[in-house]
Formats: sequence, structure tokens, C-alpha cells
Amino acid sequence: MTGAVIQEPHDTNTTALVVFGALFAFVTVLGFVAARWRRAKLDHLDEWGLGGRRFGTVITWFLLGGDLYTAYTFIAVPALVFGVGALGFFALPYTIIVYPLVFMVMPRLWTVCRAHGYVTPADFVRGRYGSRPLALVVALTGLLATMPYIALQLVGMQVVFGALGVSGDWPLILAFVILAAYTYQSGLRAPALIAIVKDTLIYVTVLVAVIYIPSKLGGFGAIFDAAETALPTHTPKPGALIPAGADAQVAYATLAFGSALALFLYPHAITAVLSAKSAQTVRRNTALLPAYSFVLGLIALLGYMAIARGIKPSNPNFSVPDLFLNMFPSWFVGFAFAAIAIGALVPAAVMSIAAANLFTRSIYKEYLRPQASHADEARTAKIVSLLVKIGALVIIVTLPTKYAIELQLLGGVWILQTLPAIVVGLYSRWLHRWALVAGWAVGMTVGTLMAESQDFAPTYPLEILGTKINAYTGIFALAANLVVTLALTVVLRHGAKIEDAADETRPKDFDELGEDAVYPRPGAPAPVA
Amino acid sequence: MEGRPSRWWYALLLLPVLGLMYPPLYARHDPEIAGFPFFYWYQFAWVLVSALLTFVVYRATRRDP
Repeated sequence: MTGAVIQEPHDTNTTALVVFGALFAFVTVLGFVAARWRRAKLDHLDEWGLGGRRFGTVITWFLLGGDLYTAYTFIAVPALVFGVGALGFFALPYTIIVYPLVFMVMPRLWTVCRAHGYVTPADFVRGRYGSRPLALVVALTGLLATMPYIALQLVGMQVVFGALGVSGDWPLILAFVILAAYTYQSGLRAPALIAIVKDTLIYVTVLVAVIYIPSKLGGFGAIFDAAETALPTHTPKPGALIPAGADAQVAYATLAFGSALALFLYPHAITAVLSAKSAQTVRRNTALLPAYSFVLGLIALLGYMAIARGIKPSNPNFSVPDLFLNMFPSWFVGFAFAAIAIGALVPAAVMSIAAANLFTRSIYKEYLRPQASHADEARTAKIVSLLVKIGALVIIVTLPTKYAIELQLLGGVWILQTLPAIVVGLYSRWLHRWALVAGWAVGMTVGTLMAESQDFAPTYPLEILGTKINAYTGIFALAANLVVTLALTVVLRHGAKIEDAADETRPKDFDELGEDAVYPRPGAPAPVA
Repeated sequence: MEGRPSRWWYALLLLPVLGLMYPPLYARHDPEIAGFPFFYWYQFAWVLVSALLTFVVYRATRRDP
């Protein structure tokens, strides 16, 4: 161990602040300049909200990576590993198995959305099932799940500001006002461009951290040994380096599987997928995105490095920032913290755009102003993106962080309940629209009650035929949802014989290897190099 | 459509799910590699393997221009 451990309260770190401020200023300029990038009229939702659907492989890679691996992930995953050990590592298998799933499903969604100009998953559900209530339910779930997720990005920034020794809410408010302004002006182009900077900073930080820190702490062997000794002593719940016993292992696997299913149902993930220029771009990206998963695994190990370094934070969220403060010179602390804070901006921007798209298409255009023009849609979306951010800011500044974390956990359970309508709908229309609505309602209720009864722990110990199964709540809720949906579909189809509504999609609209999907259609905006 | 690649290639994508969704398979300490317990390096290895598998499936089911 080298030197005394720096502990809280954090002193103001001027050198780090200067580096941090300079990088932050740089991405701010980038955010505004983005409006002029691949110039197009931004008064169309396809342009403002999906960047014109023409991002190539490289931009899509940065955007999706920047969007899915959020600042909160970078803070919370190592914090969980720091606290409980192996269980927190489920983030790695989760982000490994997600891409094969995405490879099979998302190019299909891209293709049908392109063919019909759908901007959100709710648009697709509306067209596929001819059901306004089902589309509304999907849109509301998306909005509900996204709001706390945006709020958590602010938590990520708060941690960084706190570690820099800056107190008060003003830096957070300032950062979010700037973010809101350039998102308003540039739409999805802003996070796409900023994601390139963000991810470069993250990759450099992680690479330096996993080479330099172990070299100072006696290598990975010593780090794992320290964790193995310390984890079982943690209170109130002892941790473990290797998950032992059925309870821990079932929780581990179901958390990974359920989270993987949920990830690409989130509106911000779908927004980034739909902004790609072809279904091939999406397919190709699933082979390239695991690079981020590798980095996430390394970031998770920072939790063990914090244990080995003897960090004792007041809140586990400070384990990585405190580790950096203890290991790095000030200027690199500023660099690393900027990576995390900018890491909050990209997902927050994409999430607010996704929420704005959902509101505009599924509520404003559908119920409030059916005759809205493209310009009206774009204007509404821009304003809603502002409101969504203000809402998230108010939540974080006024309510305890605990609520945002609990709501985000619920958000994952909730968004999973849209799987039958969206994913099954891509392959078959057999599930009845009213059965899907009922299944959704049951899944939402069951999931929320289960989570609440466990004081918002992610797993629920369910007794099935005398055996206690401790698994991810979202999986149980989804199972309940599917059972109800299937049973009611049979009843509605064969008992009540309720007719299907019109389906505006055709089988060829889903063909992700068809001409339209592989190459942008003639007449579609030409991709710009 | 003619010359359409077989969808059976997609079955390869189930391998990462099989390899990772049954933790008793890898929830152990030994053998270690470079200080990493088996539990950790096994999962890191799957990142590379699954990326490779996805790439193979992508190439095999691609339609050339």
C-alpha cells in the first residue's frame, strides 16, 4: 500500500478542475456545432430525433456504446462489486449475451421502422396491431422507465462534482442547462458527436487505470486476494469473490439474462439503433460492441482495486472516484472525472430525445393534434426534451437519491413488460392486442409489488412447488405477463372470436436482408461520408 | 428468394447464452490465469468468443452487394 488514503470530505482540487472544465467546454462547443454536421433541415422528427437515419458503422458504434454504457454504470457497477463482490459482476455476462439477442431481433425492427417511418417502438406496435391503447401503453412504459434513468445520470455527475470538492447543486444545474440547450438545437447529432470524445476519454482512462493501478498494488493476484479477504467481512451483507450456493447463482444468471432482455427495449437504445443507416450497420455493430463490454468488465474490477487500496468511502458510489484521487496525479484525475461526467451527457441526451420522440408520436400526434405537420412534431419534441431534463433535475435536487435508484430498478422491470408486444410482434401477430394489454398490466403490477415487498432489492425469493427460487423480479413479472397474454389470446381468438385490427406491415417489411434494409432506398436521404 | 443464406447459422449465437447462463459451470476459483480466478477470466474470454461468433454469423448470413 502506498501512502495514506485520501478520505472524505474532498478538498477542492484546482488542477483537476481546470482539466475537467477544459474538456467540458470542448464538448459543449461540439454539441452546438453538431447542428451543422451532415446538415439537414432539423424541423423534421426523422432529422432531429434520429439524426436522419444515416449514421454509419463507426458513428453508430460510438453512439450505441456511449448511450448504453452510462456514467451511472461506471459509478454503480464498481460500487456494487466493491460492496458485494461477484454478484455485481453480473454486468459482464449481461452485456455479453445482449448482443447475440440484438443481432437476431433489432435488424428486423430497424427494417420495419424504416419501411414505415416509425420513430419509436410504440409507432411500430401501433402499425403492427392497429391498436392505439396498446401503443399508448408501450409509450407510457417507455417514458416511465426513462425518466429515472435520466435522473441517475445526474447522480453520476453529482458524484464526480462531489469528488472534485465542488459543493452545491449549481454545477449540476449548469451542466444540465448546457446539455438541454444543445440537445434542443442539434437533436441526436449532438450526443452522436460527443460520444466520440466521451468514449475516447473512457477508453484511455480505463486502459491507464487497469495497467497503472495494479502495478502499484502488487498485480491482479494481490488485488483479488485482498478482495477475497475483505468481502466476507462486509456488513450488513457479506460479499464473496466467487458466487457460492444456488441462491447467489440463480440471482446472478437471471439478473444477467433479464437485464439483457430489458436493455434493448429501452427507448434510448431503440433510438440509437434506428438512427443507423442500414440493418447491416446494426448487425455489424453487434460484433463490435463487445469491446465496450470488455471495458465494463475492467471497470467492474476497479471495485476490487478500491478494496485493495483500502478506500473507505461514506457511500460506495465514491469508491472509484476516491480510488482515482488516491492513485492518479491531479491532472489525470481531472481527465478521468471528465470522462465520467461527459459519460453522463451522452445517455442523458439520447434518453431525453427518445422520451421526446415517444411523447410526440404516441401522445401529441395521436391524441392531441392528429393533423400536426412534420415541423410541429419536431418543435414539440424539442420542447419535451427540455421538460424531461428539467423533470429529472427537479427529482435529483429535491428528492433523496434513493428514490431515483429504486425507480430505475423498477424501470427495468417495467420496460421488460413491453417485450411481448415489441419482440414477439416482430415475428408473429398471433398474440391478441387486448391480451397483450392485459398481460402488460399484470406484469407491471406483479413486478412493482414484488420489488416493493423486497424493499427494492433486485431479486425476489419465490416459492415454486416447495422450492425457493431467488431470481430477478423482472423475470417473474415477465413470466406472469406471458402466461396471461397467452391464455387470454386463446380465449379471445377461439372463445370470444374478437377480430384482429388492421396490420399495416407486410412480411417483406421485416426482411433485414432485403434490398431496402441492406442499402438505403433510392429517394432516402443520401448518406454523407 | 434465391441464394438466401441459411438461418441455421443463428444457432451459433446461442452458445454464449449456454456458456454463461449456468453459473455452476464457472463459479470456481481455480485454475487462475495471471492472478485472475477462473470465474473472472472465463467470463472475459466469453466477450471475445461471442464477438467472434457474432462476426462469423454476420459474414455467413450477409448478402454481398
